[in-house]
Amino acid sequence: MAAISFSGVKKRYQKNDVIHGVDVEIEPGEFVVILGPSGCGKSTLLRMIAGLEEISGGTISIDGTVVNELEPRERGCAMVFQNYALYPHMSVRQNIGYALKVAGMPKAERDAKVLKVAKSVSLDPYLDRKPGELSGGQRQRVAMARAMVREPKVFLFDEPFSNLDAKLRVAMRAEVRNLHRSLGVTSVFVTHDQTEAMTLADRLIVMNAGIVEQVGKPSEVYHHPASLFVADFIGSPAMNLVRGFFAEDGYFRHGNGGMIRLPGLAPHHLSQEVSVGIRPELVRRVDASDKNAIQATVDYTEELGASRLIYARADGSTIIAVDTRGDALGTGMPVHFAFDEADVHVFSHDTGRRLDAPGRTHRSSATVSA
Amino acid sequence: MIERSPIFNFVTYAAMTLGLLVVLVPFWIVIVAGSQSLQEVSRVPIVLWPSSHLWDNIGTAWARADLGPKMLNSLIVAVGVTTGKIVLASLSAFAIVFFNFKARMVCFWLIFITLMLPLEVRIVPTYAIAANALLPFQVILDTLGITGLVEAISSVRISLEWNLLNSYTGLILPLVATATGTFLYRQFFMTIPDELVEASKMDGASPVRFFFDVLLPLSRTNMLALATIMFVSSWNQYLWPLLITTDRANYGTVVMQLKALIPAQNGTPDWNVTMAGALIIMLPPLLIVAFMQRWFVRGLITKDK
Repeated sequence: MAAISFSGVKKRYQKNDVIHGVDVEIEPGEFVVILGPSGCGKSTLLRMIAGLEEISGGTISIDGTVVNELEPRERGCAMVFQNYALYPHMSVRQNIGYALKVAGMPKAERDAKVLKVAKSVSLDPYLDRKPGELSGGQRQRVAMARAMVREPKVFLFDEPFSNLDAKLRVAMRAEVRNLHRSLGVTSVFVTHDQTEAMTLADRLIVMNAGIVEQVGKPSEVYHHPASLFVADFIGSPAMNLVRGFFAEDGYFRHGNGGMIRLPGLAPHHLSQEVSVGIRPELVRRVDASDKNAIQATVDYTEELGASRLIYARADGSTIIAVDTRGDALGTGMPVHFAFDEADVHVFSHDTGRRLDAPGRTHRSSATVSA
Repeated sequence: MIERSPIFNFVTYAAMTLGLLVVLVPFWIVIVAGSQSLQEVSRVPIVLWPSSHLWDNIGTAWARADLGPKMLNSLIVAVGVTTGKIVLASLSAFAIVFFNFKARMVCFWLIFITLMLPLEVRIVPTYAIAANALLPFQVILDTLGITGLVEAISSVRISLEWNLLNSYTGLILPLVATATGTFLYRQFFMTIPDELVEASKMDGASPVRFFFDVLLPLSRTNMLALATIMFVSSWNQYLWPLLITTDRANYGTVVMQLKALIPAQNGTPDWNVTMAGALIIMLPPLLIVAFMQRWFVRGLITKDK
């Protein structure tokens, strides 16, 4: 039985639909990250699980019970908020123990539990401080301790690290990961930060404009994007994408007039507008003598230390490639690239969905004639 | 605007000193006159230096205006208005800010409109209500014909009456029903982040619990500021107590007694006693303000954030 299951879940504000029917199952103990650009409805979806937003259509069940009509406190969820949402007038101890106090737990038992949880996130020296006297990372840990102390069925995280600096964020990420490993509680984590999403998630839910674009393991989502949106959104630098048509001669003709030889793909996607894409790290630098080389001119390069990014132009479109050669490259210099046809993704322009050629297993090189 | 030049500084200080004089000179005259004997206070030109008869004058004023019981009355009214106001203001603001009900804006505007109708404007209808607090219900029953119907059937005439004249309730209630406190609280409640409300929902706290555990402790400075304002203003009420209490001996307040201390047309012009009495009467609000000043200022400053 799924820990959380969405069935045709919709959200409507007045007349605007913001979530258009979500169907997803989350397994018990799974760490699921909902990823998407701002305004895609990911936080709304999370808040609907928590009971902070009403569900306009469809059902959400937790542990097999439909929770649409249940109050937040009856759903067994604990939530960590973006701005911590700690009670400013209460000490750390009172903040963590408040839910237990409301539930009517005797003081001695409550204090013991609070202490135990505080120790597990190394907050025990700060129990008598007010939130105002703590650093951002400590406040975030109080917020997490407050969620943990209730021993919930589900943890919900609403962009919890967006107020922290980069270093602390990485540390907190590891902490959340360890926490999940040791407690094994089903967790749903909302973020717009894809590194955070990729590193934390057992499974990713990629959302855009109120629609679930893809659900899958991080590597699956990266290597096998189900839609043009996912292909473009996931990965930094973004995937190289060009729009155009395949022709019967085995060439792909893109809008800027250039042609790419993709004989393996061409026959399957004739007579419809498509976008083809390839990840920058799969674009190889080759010598000018290579018979498959695409010639391009360097726009600029970005040094990353271990590698560098080359932004180049070929036939009026930009190519981004990850390069490990150490030679000097200046603006305007010629470079040559090649890639494997098997690494190329094809997306329908009309639906934005991925197009997979039936039985396409061979890898052939692409060549270009300008 | 920040501007610094010797002349500008001089002008600023001159204006402030002048303002201070305007405020403090009457006060000084009260203290001076209150400490003089009858001969000294009647001297022309007036002496602006205190004398040694302050305690005698205070004693005389206290006895003449019966200030002991009247002080108690004033205290009951002021504390009653202050508490009533804080309870009403915090609860009504809580309803308006945190609950999304259909008549929310209507309620808000109804409260808002009372700001435009101070007690002095609605004094006649307020008096009518105070004379019989159930009058509106009687009118409703009469217009709907229920009174006549009941009379026809059972020959019992419905006549609702609840007289508030000459009572603490009558002195307090009309002063409680104003919008200022609700506004102060509304402004404060609107600064409470939504996430705090949601966190308490997730923690399982009911709205009432949230009100007592989170909102009230957070609004402490606001509450003290409101308490100060309300205490002072209700202590200083003159018109309403004058209207509603015919039984001065039992329900008179100190401010009303000020009138009793003013020398009669052809009596002894003992203004020294009058001033000593005024000094006693203005002392409690003064002490409250002095004591609460710190929170008072903080509460008013943070209200608009």
